[in-house]
Amino acid sequence: MTEANAAAPAPPDAAEQQRRLGALQRIWANGPGLVGQLTAVNHSTVGLRFIATGFAFLAIGGMLSMFIRLQLAWFGNEVLDPDRYNQFVTMHGTTMMFLFAVPILEGFAMYLLPKMLGTRDLPMPRLSAFGYWCYLFGGLFLYSSFLFGGAPDGGWFMYVPLTDATYTPGISADFWLIGVTFAEIAAVTAAVELVVTVLKTRAPGMSIQRMPLMAWAILVTAFMIAFGFPPLILASILLEIERAFGFAFFEVARGGDPLLWQHLFWLFGHPEVYIIFLPAAGMVSTLVVTFARRTMVGYRWIVVAIVATGFLSFGLWVHHMFAVGIPLLALSFFSAASMAVAIPMGVQLFAWIATLWSGKPWLRLPMVWLMGFFFIFVLGGLTGVMLALVPFDWQVHDTHFVVAHLHYVTIGGMLFPLFAGLYYWLPLVTGRQPGESLGRTAFWLVFIGFNLTFLPMHLTGMLGMPRRAYTYDAALGVEWLNLLSTAAGFVLTVGMMAVAVDVWLHFRHGRRSAANPWQAGTLEWALPLPPPPYNFASIPVVDDREPLWRDPGLAQASAGTAGLLGDPAGGRRELLGTGMISGAPEQVIRISGSTWLPLLAAANIAVLLACFIAKQYLLAAALLVPLLAVFLRWAWTTGDRHAPLRIEAAPGVALPSQAACSQAPGWWGLVISLLIDGSLFASLVFAYFYLWLGAEVWPGPGSETGALALPVLALVLLVGAGLAARLALRGNDRDRPAQLRGGLLAAAALGTGFLVAHGAALAMVLAAPQQHAYASVVWTLAGFHGVHVLVALLGSGFAWLRSRHGLVDAQRRLDARIAVALWRYTVGQGVVAWLVIHLFPRLA
Amino acid sequence: MRAATAARALAVQAVAMRRLVPLLAAAVAAGCRGPQSMLDPAGPAAAAIARTWWLMAGAALAVLLLVLGLLARAMLRRQPAPPMARPERFIVLGGLVLPTVALFALLVYGTLAGRTVIGVGVDTDRVVRVTARQWQWQFEHLAPDGTVLARSLDRLVLPQGEMVEFQVGSEDVIHSFWIPRLGGKVDAIPGRSNRLRLRADVAGAMRGQCAEFCGREHAHMAFSVEVLDPASFAGWLDGRAAGDAGSTP
Repeated sequence: MTEANAAAPAPPDAAEQQRRLGALQRIWANGPGLVGQLTAVNHSTVGLRFIATGFAFLAIGGMLSMFIRLQLAWFGNEVLDPDRYNQFVTMHGTTMMFLFAVPILEGFAMYLLPKMLGTRDLPMPRLSAFGYWCYLFGGLFLYSSFLFGGAPDGGWFMYVPLTDATYTPGISADFWLIGVTFAEIAAVTAAVELVVTVLKTRAPGMSIQRMPLMAWAILVTAFMIAFGFPPLILASILLEIERAFGFAFFEVARGGDPLLWQHLFWLFGHPEVYIIFLPAAGMVSTLVVTFARRTMVGYRWIVVAIVATGFLSFGLWVHHMFAVGIPLLALSFFSAASMAVAIPMGVQLFAWIATLWSGKPWLRLPMVWLMGFFFIFVLGGLTGVMLALVPFDWQVHDTHFVVAHLHYVTIGGMLFPLFAGLYYWLPLVTGRQPGESLGRTAFWLVFIGFNLTFLPMHLTGMLGMPRRAYTYDAALGVEWLNLLSTAAGFVLTVGMMAVAVDVWLHFRHGRRSAANPWQAGTLEWALPLPPPPYNFASIPVVDDREPLWRDPGLAQASAGTAGLLGDPAGGRRELLGTGMISGAPEQVIRISGSTWLPLLAAANIAVLLACFIAKQYLLAAALLVPLLAVFLRWAWTTGDRHAPLRIEAAPGVALPSQAACSQAPGWWGLVISLLIDGSLFASLVFAYFYLWLGAEVWPGPGSETGALALPVLALVLLVGAGLAARLALRGNDRDRPAQLRGGLLAAAALGTGFLVAHGAALAMVLAAPQQHAYASVVWTLAGFHGVHVLVALLGSGFAWLRSRHGLVDAQRRLDARIAVALWRYTVGQGVVAWLVIHLFPRLA
Repeated sequence: MRAATAARALAVQAVAMRRLVPLLAAAVAAGCRGPQSMLDPAGPAAAAIARTWWLMAGAALAVLLLVLGLLARAMLRRQPAPPMARPERFIVLGGLVLPTVALFALLVYGTLAGRTVIGVGVDTDRVVRVTARQWQWQFEHLAPDGTVLARSLDRLVLPQGEMVEFQVGSEDVIHSFWIPRLGGKVDAIPGRSNRLRLRADVAGAMRGQCAEFCGREHAHMAFSVEVLDPASFAGWLDGRAAGDAGSTP
């Protein structure tokens, strides 16, 4: 890193500095007016939108919960009728999980990470903007159900058969399945974006051991989203096609199994808890260091704990299903795993205490919220250990004891750190200093209100009050405790409103803050307040976990234009790409600026889904055409297609541009996307085998295994497509564009041949998918893979077109590599699908 | 000055706690009884679970106080204070050793309690088939050959002191069969028959309720449970078998 600094010759004079800063401002600013807002892709803008929208949904979800509390205040109340109550409970849970907790943490990550890591933006800014619009439209879509014959009322967990077409006719459940899946696009795109951000765009010198713990937490969270969300997305798709087209996955009479839904749902649902908690824990780690005024004790311990939590969280899902009739011995495994997750939590907790103990703790407002977090979260964790004990869970499962527990861990573990983080990072957004007095009052209202609302619920649950019941019998003797909960709920609400008022006053009247008001050590506090749209005029070079403590001159140096990427000569938005482990500079990444494409794509999907829910299937299919056109335009305009092979990051420091670098963000984006897709595919294969386990006949009635000749031919064609793609890439690397294009065309032709041959082979032996779960799952598996073949065809067409325009060659390999990687993945997935479809029924 | 602020904040918190604890204790003492209270057990399974609860509650309180005490100590040290001598050892002891030992002990205890709860080594005396539907419970006492001896709706009559096996199924959506004073719950799932074994040691009336969300009238899907002494139970069963096995009570 010192070499990079040394490479800079005499600093630019004042006039040159002004010119450069002006150019940076011009290049990075959003456009003017409403158009500028609708086309913005900058990470600060998008991150703040996620946060503001998340808080709006928190307010809405909170209002729903107040109606719930009013209804339960006394037995026999009639504030809500049972239908309305079920809608409100469903929408409360759905909103808090999918429209508040996950998106707002993504928003914090998107806003903060580039600043903490010392870069200017996320490496795929249009993707996060697209995710935001999907989140907003998905949320509005879900709430629009109130206007169209009723909101979803099957619970946020949507158990079948209650939510299938027999027991929930109409479209309320469809609104849930489609709306939530739409909003989840944001989580998935954020996962891709954040992994690449953390791994590829850290400041030079920030090796992986020097990464802020917040970045570690977000990295692990993003991987958890990548593996945890696909099971739910798959389950939602399966249930929607069962509801819309009469397939059979969950219906017992046709060979389905309602427990398949529960397995898939909780395979998502339990990691989800830690997807919410880990970023909040990352905030705690950040704040503890700042307010203890010393580096973290046991940094490595915390990293190991975060990673261990990520792994363990995928082994716990069955603890939501202790009462479904699984043998005790099998439950013991999940019981032990559920308890084991308390260990990494304990490690983090004691590392935080040790850090405070070893430092000079400073009890400012954010720290007060953290004190509340410690009390509530530890209590919630302890009841969590109790729930992991199978016999105890048999009693309190689905009672208000669990309602109490889950609010202790989510509000204690997520909301309190979130408010701490909000107050901590507010100066960064506003350039003002949070006041303490109203904030402390608000804290005490929330803290006391929260505990008096939820502590009594442990007892009402043990006295026999089930969850999700719109009223309770007088004989239970729980009305006074419920009245207390309701009354305290209003205290909690007043406290939340006080936080809102406090933040509003802060925006309007807060005292101007000096730079780095908390004397923190991480890079985001090197920025002038409020930060310019490009964050750092020069990319900082770091050599410590708390670079600002080590190098007091860093803030000034990175606000000047003498360092890395300080001269925006290319007139484009540029980031510095660095090594995944080492943090050494390796490429200059040119990213896209403001554009309509993300909004157009999301709006197109919204209209498409609206047509689908209105059962206008042909229209919905037709809307794929403009959507593909938007995505083609998107892919075509990615980054800077005319970028030179090498770009000067600083005088004398020339680095490859991303198209010429093997570590391009687009490449890693593809890798993470395929990981997510692979998880989706694995969930579908899991569904196949789960249905087989419960089936009496396999293949199901009406289907047979048939002759192998045609399936084998199909497989040969598919593998041939993969080989053709490899030859194409080899041609490209030897500077033979004709071989590249010929190979791509051959791959496309062979892939098309596969689709025809495989479709014909299946049509001969399979029953209609409506007949039995076997036919449903096999058609779905084949169709799922068929879609991937189509995507690989499109990828080949795109690379062919790029080659025709002279944008792909032996140096700029990225487009060709991506097209070929799509084929390799599709062939691999196809071989697995083929073995499952054609070989397994012969062995079973 | 900052330490004073910290002390004041924690003192306020302590006051809040001091007000909370007696209130809670009073509520617990007064409120453990009830027709659906797992803290008022009437059989061996529920009793074993209630014992487990009180044990875990005590241990949890101890852990909570320990953590809060350490936290208070960390926050309230007078400055300048010497830093912690061996912080890594603190993390290992508190974060790794303490939970591992405590959880292992709990797991062993829980597994043993679990054997009591499912009645390992205890023979089944009687079989009752439970069928759930929106929104009604149907109970059928079965003879050893599978014939129905007695059928009742939303009312379950049990003999005192006999181990009863419930075969729980559903005709429509998922429900959950739960008599808190006798033991844990088991889900009623279409296409499956789940087994649950319970014994009632105390004669008298109590209540059971559906615990899995099952639609509009979920809140009202409850049933009464009457535990009769063996002689009365035999009389009841004879009365039912005499003629009206198929009719509702």
